[in-house]
Amino acid sequence: MTAPTARRRRTDRWNADTVSQLVAAGVGAVSLTWVLSARVLPIGRVAEAALFGMVTFVVLYGVCVASSDSWFAARDRVAAALFTIAGLLLFAALVAVVSFTAVRGYQAVLHINFWTETTATTGPADPLTKGGVLAALVGTLEQVGIAALVSVPLGLATAVYLNEVGGRLARTVRTVIDAMSAVPGIVAGLFVFAVAVLTLGYSRSGLAAAIALAIEMLPVVTRTGEVVLRLVPEPLREAAYALGSTQWQTVRKVVLPTARTGLVTAVLLGVARVIGETAPVLLTSGFTAELNADPAHGPQVSLPLFIFTEVRFPLDHAISRAFGAALVLLTVVIVLFTAARLLGRKKLS
Amino acid sequence: MNEPALLAPVTPRTAVRPHLVADQVSAWFGDHQVLEDITLTVHNSTVTALIGPSGCGKSTFLRILNRMHEMVPGASLAGRVLLDGEDIYERRVRPTDVRRTVGMVFQKANPFPAMSIADNVVAGLLITGRKTADKDALIERSLRRAGLWKEVENRLRTPAGTLSGGQQQRLCIARALAVDPEVLLMDEPCSALDPTSTRRVEETISEISHEVSVVIVTHNMQQAARVSQRCAFFLAEDGEPGRIVEQGQTYGVFNSPTDPRTADYVAGRFG
Ligand SMILES: Nc1ncnc2c1ncn2[C@@H]1O[C@H](COP(=O)(O)OP(=O)(O)OP(=O)(O)O)[C@@H](O)[C@H]1O
Ligand SMILES: [Mg+2]
Repeated sequence: MTAPTARRRRTDRWNADTVSQLVAAGVGAVSLTWVLSARVLPIGRVAEAALFGMVTFVVLYGVCVASSDSWFAARDRVAAALFTIAGLLLFAALVAVVSFTAVRGYQAVLHINFWTETTATTGPADPLTKGGVLAALVGTLEQVGIAALVSVPLGLATAVYLNEVGGRLARTVRTVIDAMSAVPGIVAGLFVFAVAVLTLGYSRSGLAAAIALAIEMLPVVTRTGEVVLRLVPEPLREAAYALGSTQWQTVRKVVLPTARTGLVTAVLLGVARVIGETAPVLLTSGFTAELNADPAHGPQVSLPLFIFTEVRFPLDHAISRAFGAALVLLTVVIVLFTAARLLGRKKLS
Repeated sequence: MNEPALLAPVTPRTAVRPHLVADQVSAWFGDHQVLEDITLTVHNSTVTALIGPSGCGKSTFLRILNRMHEMVPGASLAGRVLLDGEDIYERRVRPTDVRRTVGMVFQKANPFPAMSIADNVVAGLLITGRKTADKDALIERSLRRAGLWKEVENRLRTPAGTLSGGQQQRLCIARALAVDPEVLLMDEPCSALDPTSTRRVEETISEISHEVSVVIVTHNMQQAARVSQRCAFFLAEDGEPGRIVEQGQTYGVFNSPTDPRTADYVAGRFG
């Protein structure tokens, strides 16, 4: 034997053929797009050119593969290319949103007063060294916190009911929950406004806003929670019953702990759904620029409402403040999600 | 033929008496009858093997013995199941008490993934909220009885999912033993195990059978011959519900069956 060590064979798709096909299709697509957009077609804008380029790339790539391989292989690779492009586009959109907000808002958040002051004594035209989002931050945390306090236990309990108890009534409940998840935020806001403010005579407050948010959050937590509970394997429940446990003990000690990470996701999706909601808050919380830490009395501002108010001024500083607040909102979401993920980690006794 | 299981037991047993008695049991799933007129006695401190071709109702029968059958929507049954002379389907008997007394090991190992190895062993206590004087001792004793202690004593706090399939099955046996059942039902406990693990489980069965009455479903004739003292042959003929064709001492059923169908089955000629 001449070879001292065995040569490992490559089994992945990234062989010379694939690379050359990709490069060929890429070069072809870029040139064609350039020629056509510069000379022939009326596509002046970057977005249109990019779209055209992508389509051309996929077509050329398919032709390249087909000419050296088979139509069968071409179909497979074109599908792979399309899905990859879809994923990249989505990722690009996300990056664009976050970076756009960051670029427009970073100047505001760099000032310490942005975190420690309110806009109670600050006008929209005042420089960024005055005023901040403290009141809105407190309002958002309180309103979302109360909404979660209401809808997480209720939602998870309903999810347990739908999945573990079931029965004919469960189907009705599921339909109602589905209908609830289709209710637009503004309708939830209107409902709370009509019932609490107009009928019962309570003033607009953070609490009213929190209830509107809870109405929106409940179906998300319930339906996601139900799906997660359904993923818990039946043999685990059987094992628990075979040890002599009751249904409640089985749910409490086996089903819920097993589904723990998934249930955290359910809660997070619920929070994510409402934390940036403007419409229901707009109708129910009232507006004040002052810090009001009491959600039960008087108007209370929140981050979405703050953004909504500031961004409507045709003034650079106000708009900067709005983007700064948006950045704060993104930060709050990231912090909450990271914390929840850490808490949701499986830890053994 | 020299079957060790048929020799005199090493430790003296208490007098053999009927422990769990199925009396004219029939079972249905919806309108589909799967068992008819099953009468079978499980003696205390004895291993009883249930054999028979696939789909003849062995698992269903086993689940009737600890009231797991009724967990299936639409399932129903007729007849009586007497545990120490008392009907477990009597109205005032709680299913949870029955299941605590008549434990079960399933065909596929099903440890609780969210619990550590140690917690899995005492899961019966943790879930039902009962206390024990010395948990660590119970964990060790149960794992020793299941023949798993040596392999896991240094990793009791790790998740149960990190064990191999055979170890998980023995963990499930330890879990079933930790609640101190009087009867242990085992539904093909070795069907997913390698020969070595199978041996260990069989040894475990032999050891615990001095204190616990064991009912084991198996498709492995050698296993039935090795571990059981008594044996029942189930058969469901075309479109008919399952019935017991023959039952009695394992040695007799295997070596001088009275029914030709039993002879064919234990000789591997069908099923
Ligand atoms: N949940 C169920 N719903 C409806 N029919 C069922 C259900 N479980 C079992 N059956 C039917 O009952 C009959 C007996 O099933 P069972 O599982 O008891 O057989 P088995 O003897 O254990 O077979 P195997 O050796 O393959 O495990 C089969 O015909 C099966 O199709
Ligand atoms: Mg079976």
